[in-house]
Amino acid sequence: MFDFSLLTDWIDNLLENTLGMPEWLATTVECVLVGLLLLTVYAVLALFYIWYERKLCAAFQCRLGPDRVGRWGLLQSFADMFKMLIKELISLNHVDKFLFALAPYLVILASMIAFAVLPWGNGLQIINFNIGIFFLIAVSSIGVLGILLAGWSSNNKFTLIGAMRSGAQMVSYELSIGLSVLTMVAFAGTMNVVEIVEAQNNLWFIFSGHIPAIIAFIIYMIAGTAETNRGPFDLPEAESELTAGYHTEYSGMHFGFFYLAEYLNLFIVSGVATLLFLGGWMPLHIPGWEGFNDIMNYIPSVVWFIGKAILLSFVIIWFKWTFPRLRIDQMLSLEWKYLLPINLFNLVLMVLIIVYNFHF
Amino acid sequence: MAEIKDTIARLFPEATFEDGDTLLVNIPDKRWHDLASTLRDNSELKFDFLVTIVGMDWADKLGCYYYLTSTEYNTHISVKVTTEDKEHPMLHSVHDLWQIAGIFEREVYDFFGIVFIGNPDMRRLFLDIDWKGFPLRKDFDESEENNPVSVESERQSDFTDTWVELPDGEVEKRQVRVFQPEDFVVNIGPQHPATHGVLRFRTAIDGETIKKIDVYMGYIHRGIEKICEKLTYPQTLHFMDRMDYFSGHPYHHCLCMTIEEAAGIEISRRAQVIRVIMDELSRIASHCLFIGTFCMDLGATTMLFYTLRVREQILDIMEKTCGARMTFNYGAIGGVMQDLAPDFVQDVKALLEVLPRNIKEYNKLFTGNVITKNRMEGVGVLSKEDAISWSVTGPSGRASGWACDVRKTDPYSIYGELDFEQVVKTEGDSMARFKVRMEEMEQSARIISQLIDNIPDGEYCVKVPKVLKLPAGHWFRTVEGCRGTFGVFLESDGTTSPYRLKLVPPSLTAAAVVDHITRGNKIADLITIGGSLDYIVPDMDR
Repeated sequence: MFDFSLLTDWIDNLLENTLGMPEWLATTVECVLVGLLLLTVYAVLALFYIWYERKLCAAFQCRLGPDRVGRWGLLQSFADMFKMLIKELISLNHVDKFLFALAPYLVILASMIAFAVLPWGNGLQIINFNIGIFFLIAVSSIGVLGILLAGWSSNNKFTLIGAMRSGAQMVSYELSIGLSVLTMVAFAGTMNVVEIVEAQNNLWFIFSGHIPAIIAFIIYMIAGTAETNRGPFDLPEAESELTAGYHTEYSGMHFGFFYLAEYLNLFIVSGVATLLFLGGWMPLHIPGWEGFNDIMNYIPSVVWFIGKAILLSFVIIWFKWTFPRLRIDQMLSLEWKYLLPINLFNLVLMVLIIVYNFHF
Repeated sequence: MAEIKDTIARLFPEATFEDGDTLLVNIPDKRWHDLASTLRDNSELKFDFLVTIVGMDWADKLGCYYYLTSTEYNTHISVKVTTEDKEHPMLHSVHDLWQIAGIFEREVYDFFGIVFIGNPDMRRLFLDIDWKGFPLRKDFDESEENNPVSVESERQSDFTDTWVELPDGEVEKRQVRVFQPEDFVVNIGPQHPATHGVLRFRTAIDGETIKKIDVYMGYIHRGIEKICEKLTYPQTLHFMDRMDYFSGHPYHHCLCMTIEEAAGIEISRRAQVIRVIMDELSRIASHCLFIGTFCMDLGATTMLFYTLRVREQILDIMEKTCGARMTFNYGAIGGVMQDLAPDFVQDVKALLEVLPRNIKEYNKLFTGNVITKNRMEGVGVLSKEDAISWSVTGPSGRASGWACDVRKTDPYSIYGELDFEQVVKTEGDSMARFKVRMEEMEQSARIISQLIDNIPDGEYCVKVPKVLKLPAGHWFRTVEGCRGTFGVFLESDGTTSPYRLKLVPPSLTAAAVVDHITRGNKIADLITIGGSLDYIVPDMDR
């Protein structure tokens, strides 16, 4: 399996030894490079996701979807992006100007930091530290702050209702996400992202952890859909009730940030699910099938990671285009009355399985 | 009818009677409220369904026709109440007997300026609060200077007027608040995706819970009734496509029937059959669109495209025969505008073949879904009594257990000979309203399949005089439109254009009842309830 740390070490070596840069300068240059790379991947992935969802939703609805700009409409989202970029940022009266402008940056910042921690491939992550998963959950909840601020500062009743719904929803479903992640962390015995992936070398957690892992996976997918404000949990922006919810008043690229963040959060949720349950970038390995495992190893790790994440996103998009929307009280009772108790029970079950060594 | 007459004559000696298509009772305003409560509560009469209130201006006096129906005995009666005072016309309100009367009286006030004593909310219903004059009065000043087109935002008031009768017989005007100053009022509409047009709900909410809704109508009020008074009878027809734009055919059918009856025109069997097939095709198309948009309101966008497929097929059939997809203008006095397209029968058969498969698919995708059930079952329950009192007819009324299908209660055209069932459910919730429509599509398909193979030969439109004059008199006819009972009241003074043409749309009552059934529910339920009542804004505004 190709180890990307060869590449990163080579760059580090090039900067420090060949070019003779002092360590602080080399680190700065590396940070800038990584930042640029991240921004590019972030933007391209978001554009791909917009196209991907439009095509999928068209397929569910017996339509063709975008097919005029580029082959299979592939350039459609680029066209949309340029349209978004040249649109006017309408400045409104009677809004809290500072908070109004700050909110989209908070939202996109949260998703970008979370994006940075994902393990992209073998040896391809930005920082590797011992509380990776914890950090990921922590930064992704900054997003809700941005949404609350957006709704509040717009000085509009619809956005306020949307923001309050979003606040209630995200705070509630964070519990489910946290607990299902905790279940898997207990199973892995580490919060370090790299070690979690390494631990799935023989078998992905969803197979080796069997029943509790599958329960945790289902709960994570439901809660993850709610975290990203997507249908059937799209109450904060329920277009038939609140026109566009918390981002009703935004225009131009500020709206574009919310839009991008929404799609990227979809990728992040799928990415974390991939990391915890489906082995991250780890190829599909079946114990005892050495030939099969070797062939799997030929597929690059980045492809494995992105492929699995996109596949999981397909499921989430499928939810959205099939189910009607829940009502706010139903959504909260789903979390507090069903998911949370099941989750707690599941955690105990997982601990028992670990203690008595009932896993593969 | 004679027994009803005797009962009323015994209790109200001052009442006089006129025989017409329905029994007409003349009563002075002083005794009107007593007569009304007798009509509603007397166990031999039981006129519990107020079909409409028709405001009238007879030049020398103003007044109203009240059309009443007994849902138990299936009898009809009309009452005429008049006032000579043209400066300050006042009648007594009956909003305490029939809840819908409150809205109907506001409409009469809006157009004729008749104040209803005791009605708690005497604002205009359709027109601006700054509108000068009462447009349906015969002496209304129509000049543009009287009501210039305003470039200002519409003024609105948090207050409403009410006239109260004091014990000594004096009438006093009072002001009442619509919303309290501390209410958090959200404006839902007029530009809002879930109001299905330009309807506006001023919604007072407490958190997510609805406290009160104030319905604002009239954003697309075009004054069809007023315009029709200046047109000849054939010219009035094309407005029927522009009210409930999904029930163009049934509405045409109703107006044509009324005029034909007044003129004594007998139409051919072929025309009858064509009209019924078209009515039922519109019903399927309309219910398809209802299902699609309703599901979209609930967030299930995909359903819209599935239902539109069937609707498109019907619109294609219509286009071939009528030449249009929305504004068909197909009904004509004496029959229909043109003959059926050559491949009409074949196309309709193709539709009947795919329809059951599609309905099955809708049920699979949506009806059985657990989220759907949670969102719809038990949400917005309308009891049978309330449905009758609020005059919520059509599929919404039938979902509350009220068998109100005009095709069954007063069969018109050839419906009496056809074999179909009236879909009635008793739950009265949004799910029942949804399911009634789903099942009505099957019944409509059943009607069409009985007719499609034996469309008789003959002329599609009988000869009608070029200049049509109706004898003096008045007529009231109802049909089952796609959304409920649609009625046409026609008063003729013997000329070529109607003296008064009153259109009774089902959507007005459906929108009026929203406040009653949404109180205490969540904002999201307003969308469910509004969607399931399936009102069409141009239909209520006219």
